[in-house]
Amino acid sequence: MKTRINAIGREVPLDVRGVGEFVPYESPFGRIDTFASRSVTHARLRVAERGQNKVTDSLEGAIRKSGLEDGMTISFHHHLRNGDAVIPMVLEKLKEMGFRNLTFAPSSIPDSHDCVADYIECGLIGRLYTSGVRGKLGRLISSGRAGIPVVIRSHGGRARAIEEGTISIDVAFLAAPTCDSLGNISGSTGPSACGSLGYAITDATYAAHVIAITDNLVDPPIKGRVSIPQYRVDQIVRVASLGDPQKIATGAARITRNPSDLKIAENAFRLMKASGIIAPGFSFQMGAGGASLAVSVYLEEYMKKKGIVGSFGLGGISGHMSRMQREGLFKAIFDVQSFDAAVTESMSENPGHVEIDSSWYANPFNSGCLVHNLDCVILAALDVDINFNVNVLVGNDGALRGASGGHCDTAAGARLSIVALPSFRGGVCSIKDSVRNVTTPGETVDAIVTERGILINPLRKDLLESAEFTKLPVIDIHDLKRRIEKMTGRQDPRDSVNGDIVAVVEYRDGSLIDCVRQVEDL
Amino acid sequence: MKFHHKIRTEVSLLTIVAASAGTLESSDCLVTVVPAEVDGIRYEGANRAIFLNRTEKIAREIMERYPIENASIRIQDQGALEVTLRARIETAVERALEGARQ
Repeated sequence: MKTRINAIGREVPLDVRGVGEFVPYESPFGRIDTFASRSVTHARLRVAERGQNKVTDSLEGAIRKSGLEDGMTISFHHHLRNGDAVIPMVLEKLKEMGFRNLTFAPSSIPDSHDCVADYIECGLIGRLYTSGVRGKLGRLISSGRAGIPVVIRSHGGRARAIEEGTISIDVAFLAAPTCDSLGNISGSTGPSACGSLGYAITDATYAAHVIAITDNLVDPPIKGRVSIPQYRVDQIVRVASLGDPQKIATGAARITRNPSDLKIAENAFRLMKASGIIAPGFSFQMGAGGASLAVSVYLEEYMKKKGIVGSFGLGGISGHMSRMQREGLFKAIFDVQSFDAAVTESMSENPGHVEIDSSWYANPFNSGCLVHNLDCVILAALDVDINFNVNVLVGNDGALRGASGGHCDTAAGARLSIVALPSFRGGVCSIKDSVRNVTTPGETVDAIVTERGILINPLRKDLLESAEFTKLPVIDIHDLKRRIEKMTGRQDPRDSVNGDIVAVVEYRDGSLIDCVRQVEDL
Repeated sequence: MKFHHKIRTEVSLLTIVAASAGTLESSDCLVTVVPAEVDGIRYEGANRAIFLNRTEKIAREIMERYPIENASIRIQDQGALEVTLRARIETAVERALEGARQ
């Protein structure tokens, strides 16, 4: 395998067998700014028998009719979160029907789907394209036992790959919380309602064949918001249940009471304030993690006190963000993925709550994605390094245990990107000499905020000045690392011999930012 | 180190009984010391991948301070800081000796 060292010093392959050629990562916007328009894969034209009945009760019949063959590409969305029963249901049926060597290209894989590992081992899945990999599946891949090519993409990167044809979806199996008999789909109503179907919209637009799978078939016209229109849906399969509603519509995440997380949130908020970014027309994205969510408490109070009305909230939308919008603190929320049940309701009733697709959200190769209009994003991380590189994919033991998500997309797009994390976790310092895997390059991270101080990227001299001027607890990243390691100890040096490549990690522009290497004894 | 070595040679080696210190709560560790035919250190937990050498070194350093031989020590780490780790190992060894004296 030919490899090259990319611009951040990571060795990446120039081609991956069974997938194709790759270029090494250069810079956050280099490839985007020098891009000369080229023809993209257009949505395939298709015809349907006029007035045909799209509805069937037979998944097997629908699969046969779709023309799916061995080696083709199938896609799914992960909007049903850990309640999803559609991915296991379809994979089991495909296995039963004897399919082999399919490319499995979901928008991501819910934590609960350890079964995907079994479908790799039995030969049903021959290639994996995803945003996230965890649990048993993560260990299978990282140990090298999976033996299939794996490509990890961000949400924006996946939208790009689908639009340019790198991911060419043959059949999309889309869980549809409500679907009318013409094929109009809504994500925000029905017993398995999940809110936005943002990732599925992209799949439905570009797939050669779309099969909607629903447990709530209604007579047309569908009421309320249409996530995916009928002209993109070829067949409708009626099933008893899409999954466990309790796990699909998880309750609103509670604000953390962990004092360390609250301190992180307070520091992050103070940095936002010092940077002057919280002003009328302000746009914001936050994650669902403890510290990240708690930032919204400080932010909400401040915006109310100062009478500041923001422009939009973006991203994975939590109940807190949707409440801030209802209270008039943001004019709109753009929702590619809803995090909890509180959001689902807002999506079906609130015109200021806009369902967006993944290209609109984060694809750098279109005429304007929303992450490029973001003022500020608060992001989580597994760990970071002294060059501000962020890892959200690989655990301390080297096993895949995370998701790329919109991390690198928002970090690159937002004017102020803040990574919020505790300075140590589980007895291990969160600041490394060099992270095991880079998901988001340090040059797109403006600050790292911990409970023990704020670390500002030396590239952002202006931000450092503002922070020091307002007497924020700024600390040099090397100093904090030394302080923490006095408590945790220094971790053992890693073997200099690199394991085989078991997965490649794409940057949003399609170049390779890093790869995941084999670790034995997992 | 020389000093400890001297103790080892001049004082007869002490026998120990099985003893433990610590808990399996997160951010703690459970250290168990038992008499064994050969000395051994077993380090378990999620941090094994990055702290194996560090922890074995700490355990060896502590053991060398005591005139005992043929002890097997097991450390179940739940994400303990170094001070915790040292304190638990020391306490477990002290208890193992104390038990033998009685």
